[in-house]
Amino acid sequence: MLAWTIYVSFLGAVAVTLASGTSQGLIRVLALLTTLAGLGIAMVAVAHDRSGQLITLARAPWIPSLGIEYHLAADGISLVLVLLTGIAAVAGVLFSWNVELRTKEFFALYLVLIGAVYGVFLSFDLFQLFVFYEIAIIPKYFLIAIWGSTRREYAAMKLVLYSFAGSALVLAGMVAAYVVSGERTLNLETLSHFPFPAHFQMWAFPLVFVGFAVLAGMWPFHTWAPTGHAAAPTAASMLLAGVVMKLGAYGCLRVAIMLFPRGLDAWGFHVLGFGSWQQVFAVLAVIGIVYGASIALVQKDLKFVIGYSSVSHMGFVLLGLMTLNQIGLSGAVYQMFSHGIIAGLLFAVVGRMVYDRTHTRDLGELSRLPLAKLIPFAAVTFVLALMASIGLPGFSGFIAELEVLIGSWHAFPWMSLIAGSGILIGIAFSWRALEATFLGEPATAPEQALPAITLPERLGAFLLLASTIAFGLYPKLLMNLILPVLSGPLFEQLRRGNWQ
Amino acid sequence: MSSNLPLVSALTLFPFVGGIAVLLLGRSAARLTAATFATVAVAYTGWLWWHFQPAMTTMQLEEVHALEPAIGLSYHVGLDGLSLLMLAVSSITVLMAVAASWNNSKQGPAYFAFLLFLETGLFGTFTALNFLHWFLYWELSLIPAFFLIRMWGGPGRARAATQFFVYTMVGSITLLLAFLAIFLASGSFDFLVLTQMAQNGQLAAAIGQNLHWRQWDSGHITMYLFCGAFLGFAVKTPIVPFHGWLASAYSEAAPETTMVLTGALSKMGVYGFLRILLPIFPEQMWRIHTILLWLAIATIVLPAFTAWAQTDLKRMFAYGSINHLGYCILGVVAVAGSSGAEPSQVSEKAAALTGVMLQLFSHGITAAALFWFLALLEKRSGGLTGLNDFGGLRRAMPIFSGLMGITLFASLGLPGLIGFPGEFLIFKGVFPLDWWAAALALLGLLMTAVFLLTIVQRVFSGELHDHWKMMPDLTLAEQCMLAPAIFLMFVAGLYPQVISGMVHGTVMQLVGLVRY
Repeated sequence: MLAWTIYVSFLGAVAVTLASGTSQGLIRVLALLTTLAGLGIAMVAVAHDRSGQLITLARAPWIPSLGIEYHLAADGISLVLVLLTGIAAVAGVLFSWNVELRTKEFFALYLVLIGAVYGVFLSFDLFQLFVFYEIAIIPKYFLIAIWGSTRREYAAMKLVLYSFAGSALVLAGMVAAYVVSGERTLNLETLSHFPFPAHFQMWAFPLVFVGFAVLAGMWPFHTWAPTGHAAAPTAASMLLAGVVMKLGAYGCLRVAIMLFPRGLDAWGFHVLGFGSWQQVFAVLAVIGIVYGASIALVQKDLKFVIGYSSVSHMGFVLLGLMTLNQIGLSGAVYQMFSHGIIAGLLFAVVGRMVYDRTHTRDLGELSRLPLAKLIPFAAVTFVLALMASIGLPGFSGFIAELEVLIGSWHAFPWMSLIAGSGILIGIAFSWRALEATFLGEPATAPEQALPAITLPERLGAFLLLASTIAFGLYPKLLMNLILPVLSGPLFEQLRRGNWQ
Repeated sequence: MSSNLPLVSALTLFPFVGGIAVLLLGRSAARLTAATFATVAVAYTGWLWWHFQPAMTTMQLEEVHALEPAIGLSYHVGLDGLSLLMLAVSSITVLMAVAASWNNSKQGPAYFAFLLFLETGLFGTFTALNFLHWFLYWELSLIPAFFLIRMWGGPGRARAATQFFVYTMVGSITLLLAFLAIFLASGSFDFLVLTQMAQNGQLAAAIGQNLHWRQWDSGHITMYLFCGAFLGFAVKTPIVPFHGWLASAYSEAAPETTMVLTGALSKMGVYGFLRILLPIFPEQMWRIHTILLWLAIATIVLPAFTAWAQTDLKRMFAYGSINHLGYCILGVVAVAGSSGAEPSQVSEKAAALTGVMLQLFSHGITAAALFWFLALLEKRSGGLTGLNDFGGLRRAMPIFSGLMGITLFASLGLPGLIGFPGEFLIFKGVFPLDWWAAALALLGLLMTAVFLLTIVQRVFSGELHDHWKMMPDLTLAEQCMLAPAIFLMFVAGLYPQVISGMVHGTVMQLVGLVRY
């Protein structure tokens, strides 16, 4: 049934397109119902999960001559990300309730993006995964270019170029894997058991990993992220930071690490002190953590602050992946989920609640408005979201970052210390953003009334806050999905060699 | 006492529910709702107190649920005498703060909600036995406290709140790092398990085995871990020289807020010494106990002089608060530093620790009451709280002056009042253990008397300004609200067994832990 998350989203896109053009209300309700259906299916699937088994959802020959199949399947890690997509999609619709410009196209593209994202998370054929991955790029371009703000064409084009460059690397790795294995299949499960030659893995791994990591915002290939996030309309920023960056991280784990685990072994020689790809990418991840947070500390545009914070938080995902131990990897998956929720919430406050009302995101101008008095609901939500973002206990981010730090301590103690200092900078920039927006004391208080916070916004904020708190207080909900997969057959090759 | 019901968790969550209720019910019902919840919390704590079995040295009403074994996260709460005492102090102080804010129109539902959220943080901190969710509450109490200072304080509140936040956050992070390292070595976040491991030497062995750092041996590493944890508690208590945040936070916050900050929040630091540092790091405390003793002496003596030099009553009481908690630190450190397990010293150590507990309770009540009086005074004087702004108030408002006088004398430790038994027992215990430290600390005791008597003299005696002739005395309602607190000062002063009997089991258990 989980396959219907994809079909429902695409059907919803068709239905929105066919809906009578004049009624914006109908279109919104249709979009909301579609995303709710997706979330419902995801929740049912999570509730029925049977201890991390890989469940095939649909399987049919697609291009038989090449051995390519249409193969949908899900295990615990897919489920976590499908659940995230469901939550983020519903919240995104709720925070786009005020889109007036070309509403129909907006929601149609939005639902295509959601469908493609579900598709990536549920594909177990590498070719099919790649197809969905590419489909997701197109609606992203239009969402930013048409409904965006600051420098939208530039940002949209940059995003697309980066994505395609990454895809080219992935494609090259994919073709190479196909040829080298000689099995005439791109089935991920089969390939995960295939013993690729170590020297082949040694160059295929970085190729595919970097290709996906571009979309995960890995330093130094992250620059599309802040500009893209800032230019995108609220719902698109929420999805971009919340879910699309996870596509990249998911690809790193599901394809690069799962298929080519020997690529992480030591080279046997040292270049600039690095002895393996594991160390190289771990260092890049840590640089991303500290660099993203430091840049966020000096930004003037509130959306750029949040955009760079995403780079920093995604650094934790990549660092967790590079630890190659169970706790670090599970922390990485947990952080994917957690950051998806929290980044969505932050962009919702900044883009929808603040920017759509004040029409400025400049920290200096915002500090002159008595925002806490004008929109107290936004103030409370922003405070809670920032608390979650800096990883206070009780929110999902704490569990995730804690696991990554513990994992990385086992792998590389020095880096967990530097990553920890990234958290400190995170506190500083969150503080600065809060001071400038909601804590500032305007010298002269112009009592201009802002439109009140609407019901959809309240519902969306409530949904996201409830998620981050629920999974922060009771991590077992997700850990029970993640851990069996990491100790299951798919990651057997990884465990055999690199497990620490 | 044993029960299958989650009594402790229910108590912890109760004020939080109250805070939500206050927010939902709106302005008109805010203070009544808050007062109801705060009163029930006190009654609930009293009920636990009544059913508590003081002779037991183990935890009572324990609740254990494994949540995520992979990261050592389990839900583990329990009560011993120390926890229960802290619950009593927190619930009473919060109730006092709610009562003090009764007629303050500036303080709407959000204020009371934050107070109740803060109470949940306090309850959680004092009952949690697994580091991870203990830390959750530890941080959770920081957030409402920050907003209470930030939103309802005086003109310098923004700076004061930031300072408070940054200081405590730095301490919290070193604490977190220390415990992460301990977890990596030992595989446990549970305080009781870690205590056990520290006692039988497993902890040191695990640290030596699992934490490699350069060529350092496990003793070195453990000492660094101890310092990280120590900093967290030293900032919170605070111990000189980590007290920079305190004076401005206490004086810029609304006095009703400061009541909780000084009455309950500051106890979190000392609680950490008793629950975590002493049981888990006894060897480290013993190794550097001379340094710690000097810090304790500095914490007692220097703020007493500083308080004397202040001209604002709030700042005087703020520094006085550091001084009073310094005695607690002195007691703990002297116990930790007494080497050997000769039976002769057991009674001294027990006396000192009992004194620490009594002092925790008495400081909670008196410090909160002092700031309550300042709140009342500030309201009548239109915001003035300077030492030299008043004079001869005992003629204009005799009841106010009388009650505040009692509190001031309780604070300086007059026999028969609440402050005396604690300080007496601490000195009784510390003298045989480290006579020189006790002797130096006496200087602080002297200065406390000097600056508190200065206040009595300048504010209550002397010429009555014409300006203050019409200052209204306490209303009947205010007298009724203050009466229980004053009553408590006499009861606990004349009959300290109420408290010392309660903590006896815990004290003996703690004494048993110090075997270095």
